[in-house]
Amino acid sequence: MNSKPAESVDAADLAVMADHVQAHLGDAVSEVKVVHGQLQIVTDKDHILEVLRFLRDDANCRFVCFTDICGVDWPEREKRFEVVYHLLSPYRNARVRIKVPVAEGESVPSCIEIFPGADWYEREVWDMYGVFFSGHPDLRRILTDYGFQGHPLRKDFPVTGFVEVRYDEDKKRVVYEPVNLQQAWRAFDNLSPWRGEPWQPRQEEVLPGDEKAQGQGDQGAEAPGKDA
Amino acid sequence: MAETDVSVRNFTINFGPQHPAAHGVLRLVLELNGEVVERADPHIGLLHRGTEKLIETKTWHQAVPYFDRLDYVAPMNQEHAFVLAAEKLLGIEVPYRAQVIRVLYSEIGRLLNHLLNVTTQAMDVGALTPPLWGFEEREKLMIFYERASGARMHAAYFRIGGVHQDLPPDLIDDIGEFCETHPKVLQDIEGLLTDNRIFKQRNVDIGKVTLEEAFARGFSGVMVRGCGAPWDLRRAQPYECYSDLDFKVAVGKNGDCYDRYLVRMEEMYQSVHIMKQCVEILSSAKGQGEVLVGDRRIAPPRRAEMKTSMEALIEHFKLVTEGLKVPEGEVYAAVEAPKGEFGVYLVSDGSNRPYRCKIRAPGFAHLAALDFLSRGHMLADVSAIIGSIDIVFGEIDR
Repeated sequence: MNSKPAESVDAADLAVMADHVQAHLGDAVSEVKVVHGQLQIVTDKDHILEVLRFLRDDANCRFVCFTDICGVDWPEREKRFEVVYHLLSPYRNARVRIKVPVAEGESVPSCIEIFPGADWYEREVWDMYGVFFSGHPDLRRILTDYGFQGHPLRKDFPVTGFVEVRYDEDKKRVVYEPVNLQQAWRAFDNLSPWRGEPWQPRQEEVLPGDEKAQGQGDQGAEAPGKDA
Repeated sequence: MAETDVSVRNFTINFGPQHPAAHGVLRLVLELNGEVVERADPHIGLLHRGTEKLIETKTWHQAVPYFDRLDYVAPMNQEHAFVLAAEKLLGIEVPYRAQVIRVLYSEIGRLLNHLLNVTTQAMDVGALTPPLWGFEEREKLMIFYERASGARMHAAYFRIGGVHQDLPPDLIDDIGEFCETHPKVLQDIEGLLTDNRIFKQRNVDIGKVTLEEAFARGFSGVMVRGCGAPWDLRRAQPYECYSDLDFKVAVGKNGDCYDRYLVRMEEMYQSVHIMKQCVEILSSAKGQGEVLVGDRRIAPPRRAEMKTSMEALIEHFKLVTEGLKVPEGEVYAAVEAPKGEFGVYLVSDGSNRPYRCKIRAPGFAHLAALDFLSRGHMLADVSAIIGSIDIVFGEIDR
């Protein structure tokens, strides 16, 4: 570790790093580019471990710090899910994002051997999206309830869920019942197709009729509010 | 001595979810051999509210208050990560005064968090006075939150493009005054703990972790700095106006609970130092100006403007009903939250709602390593370790 904090990697350095990764991994990666000042790699489930190991061990990358694994659901795509890995290189002061498209029912090899910190993150992706990680020693649900059914972050899972819980005074225990909404779920869709011109700062404009008030001093400008 | 065939079985106990040292709703299944921990299996999710799912159904502005409710000990630091990510996608620059206000309140958040963590960790290992002294200071800081945003905790003060409102001048003076008196209280707390024999016995060499392990397990913040790496996102990947400010990065040596305590104490002094500089900038000519971007597609117009301008009224209506549209793309933005690297990974499909918002909470990675940290330690050390990894269930369970 440098005792002096490294300068943030600039765009040129990132482009060099992107070329370096592309040159060494070759066919293992299908796309390497720089997005919003961050390296982004697309690979597939058969090569993910190779890519992660290279990024961690290569002297020019050294992405030794594990940051995150998450899933994204794209129901309209052929390979529905995307498992997204984030790594950080404290030595090069850079971040990398690795994306792996996965179809429903396919499994991704677990990277727990490479980054022990991946354990809970893989459990979370399994819990939320139902993407299976082969080789994970303990792939249980993590955030949802014991005995939960379904994968809540999938786009086809309703926001309200399917069951609700309450304490039953007669049975003296918590009971599960189908969701009963007292009011219909209010999904406001206010998205309008209308798109105007890019916003421009407004000039100080004199409203029609204001010129009459100008003569009477500053109170005139506040008059409409007072009348109301 | 006659040999007897005694079958020895490990003892399994449930720690929590109602245990005061569990710092929230943590159910920890501990397998004990005598008093030595053989295995620790944290069960989380008791506070899971589906924040990420809810954010996908709300507009970009409506997502901000959810971030207060993640790490409710330092709410504004979480908002900061989200607004930074959204601003990166929008490609907008925040006015300087807003940046300084954000930094000021992020550092107040850091004080809020460290005051709570250091003192309650001390309580977990047997000291009762520090929480009483620390919480008095937290109260003052929460009043600063309230005077800026109207809420003591769930502020929703940071907005995409700036902050909601400018600070009143007397609030800035009062924060400046607080910065003068606060270090004395910190010294008092330090006096109670740093050389305290019992505190050291309970913390030194407990929950040790090496730097390589820390990185591979996704640790960040104090957990990494306690191991000797001067890794601070405020310095390494400066956001907002941190590059203009003078502060030191506190670093530990041994990576144990005691070093993490020392790092947190030093960080509080540094936070006060940063706050002083912010107060100075905010009162000087350099720090005057707008606190929200002028673009009415991103930030709503001021109330007074809406009274006279029809355009402003329309823009306001569009913004609160439809919300803003964020260009298609994906981005990861992280801030140095008091607990470590708090990151937000946003995917936008160009509509008025986030397509995906993954919240990367530092506590999640830290708690995941609890088994690794506490294996081979005594049962009583588990509460010292849980205290020192600084977990809050709002952000872990999301």
